[in-house]
Amino acid sequence: MATSVRAGRDGSPPPAAPLSSPGPRGRRAAPGGRRSTLYRWDLKATPYVFVAPFFLTFAAFGLFPLIYTGWLSLHRVELGGDASWKGLENYSDLATSEFFWNALLNTFTIGVISTVPQLLMALGLAHLLNYKLRARGFFRVAILAPYATSIAAATLVFAQLFNTDYGMINGLLGWFGFDPVNWESSKWPAQIAISVIVTWRWTGYNALIYLAAMQAVPQDLYEAASLDGASRWRQFLSVTIPSIRPTILFTIIVSTIGATQLFGEPMLYGGSVGISGGSGNQFQTLSLLMYEKGWVTGALGQASAIAWVMLLLLLLIGGVQALVSRHHRKKLGS
Amino acid sequence: MARTLDTTPAEPTAPAVPAPPRGRFRPSAGRQHHAGPLTYVLLAAAAFVSLFPLYWNVVAASHTGERVVEAPAPLLPGPRLLDNLAFAWDQVDMGEALINTTIVASLVALSTVLFSTLAGFAFAKLPFRGRTMLLSLVVATMTIPPQLSVIPLYRIITDLGWVDQLQSVVLPSLVAAFGVFFMRQFLVEALPVELVEAARMDGAHSLRIIWHVVFPVARPAMAVLGMLVFVQSWNDFFWPFIALTPDGSPTLQVALAGLGAGNHSVDHAIVLTGALISTVPLLLVFAFLGKHIVGGITAGAVKS
Repeated sequence: MATSVRAGRDGSPPPAAPLSSPGPRGRRAAPGGRRSTLYRWDLKATPYVFVAPFFLTFAAFGLFPLIYTGWLSLHRVELGGDASWKGLENYSDLATSEFFWNALLNTFTIGVISTVPQLLMALGLAHLLNYKLRARGFFRVAILAPYATSIAAATLVFAQLFNTDYGMINGLLGWFGFDPVNWESSKWPAQIAISVIVTWRWTGYNALIYLAAMQAVPQDLYEAASLDGASRWRQFLSVTIPSIRPTILFTIIVSTIGATQLFGEPMLYGGSVGISGGSGNQFQTLSLLMYEKGWVTGALGQASAIAWVMLLLLLLIGGVQALVSRHHRKKLGS
Repeated sequence: MARTLDTTPAEPTAPAVPAPPRGRFRPSAGRQHHAGPLTYVLLAAAAFVSLFPLYWNVVAASHTGERVVEAPAPLLPGPRLLDNLAFAWDQVDMGEALINTTIVASLVALSTVLFSTLAGFAFAKLPFRGRTMLLSLVVATMTIPPQLSVIPLYRIITDLGWVDQLQSVVLPSLVAAFGVFFMRQFLVEALPVELVEAARMDGAHSLRIIWHVVFPVARPAMAVLGMLVFVQSWNDFFWPFIALTPDGSPTLQVALAGLGAGNHSVDHAIVLTGALISTVPLLLVFAFLGKHIVGGITAGAVKS
């Protein structure tokens, strides 16, 4: 949607690509005969041929495995073994498993403390980047550098910075007179540390998305607001934010999906006890529990059930978000 | 969008009408304010926080393992960077991981760009039955997490003997919904339908149209998509971690996971040297092409 705004805004005519070889007139399809049958077939079938690679790939590596996972979740399956029918037992086992509820809760809390500050800071950063700036190119590339850093590299670096005994962050805290924090084995500090890694990697990326949306907001809205005597903060709240609401919703959805699948950061942060999410499962997420069930315990049926619970959760979240956005739209009367 | 992708205009809000003289009394001042000192301070802080961990990665990779785990943490580079690099390269085989990652990311980027352009063109400009429905389906698939597919896929690659074979991480990523949607959004705007029709009138068949009409118009977006997909594939973790093993034929991320879990009982300086090896190629790409990538992210993401 905003793409059209952007393209229209730069006011340039669409690029006219010269047809490098239009072909002699004689090549025109002769009416009737084999050539025109081919031509008609080309018109009809080509679109499907062009979209086929995507749908074939999705069918083979997305849809089929998804259904297969659902089937496995109703069975007892061991790694490399055969499956035997179990009905919904894998799910009822989950419902009574404290590990499952712990992982679900951890996924939720880490999701909240990594997503909410991240998106708020990204909004603030985008607002700052939207001023006329010297060195704007540098600032933009600098805040995007964490996005180019992989989960693994970022987590290994931050694990050192957060180390309880010699890490720089405790060093800094000590310098200000605070006691060292146990960033690994205490639950909340560990979850905060993991959220810091996620936030570090994605804040700049989201800021640039917001920035693009902000630049597509029509100038006259601001002019009108400033004629009405609205302060700049007021303009930010009542012009900028409502104008970029679809983009904000988009980033919320993407971050929520990302948070639901969180895997690499907690696993690598935990080092040798990463898969169990720390020695006391204090930061084990649903993905980690699924991996532990599937590849450490070897219970693929249960792992599949966890995967399907994740899918249901995402559907639920998606439904709620759709309702919320529809509600908002109604409230705005548009 | 084509323009913003390609050239990153100096002033994205440039008005179409001749601008009034710039100055304090410019009426459309809303977003045009010059940044005050506080803005620069805050942005500098953000840039510092973004870059410091990367700087410190270099620092840690240039000390001995003992020094890295000593308080206070080192702040300046030490003398051992080359020794650490040589060790990581020879003993931990980061070299092989680097080659594997380059192969995987290049293949994935090439095929995603090609197939996304074809599908994006069809969705943007070719009329066909079910187009709207299929496009919504493409978008919907973006929400399905990889967790839903890894268990069956792992069983399949085990049966095929493909564990630790690079094709098991390339094949599932041959084309991505994001890419299809990205190219579709671009071509809707950038490719005049008359151009396609004119080519058809001249008797060009679809492959000719793709080659002579679509590719030339789509080139800037294809380049940006290629870079985005390359970065994504380079850093992909979850499925490669399952399909490949650190001691078999790993990508950089899988090798790093092995290092991080203490597989090689190497010291922390070597672990962080590995992290550095995995990061530097992408940071170099960013240093040279960062502007275009910034343009691509903003153009591709402001969509739904």
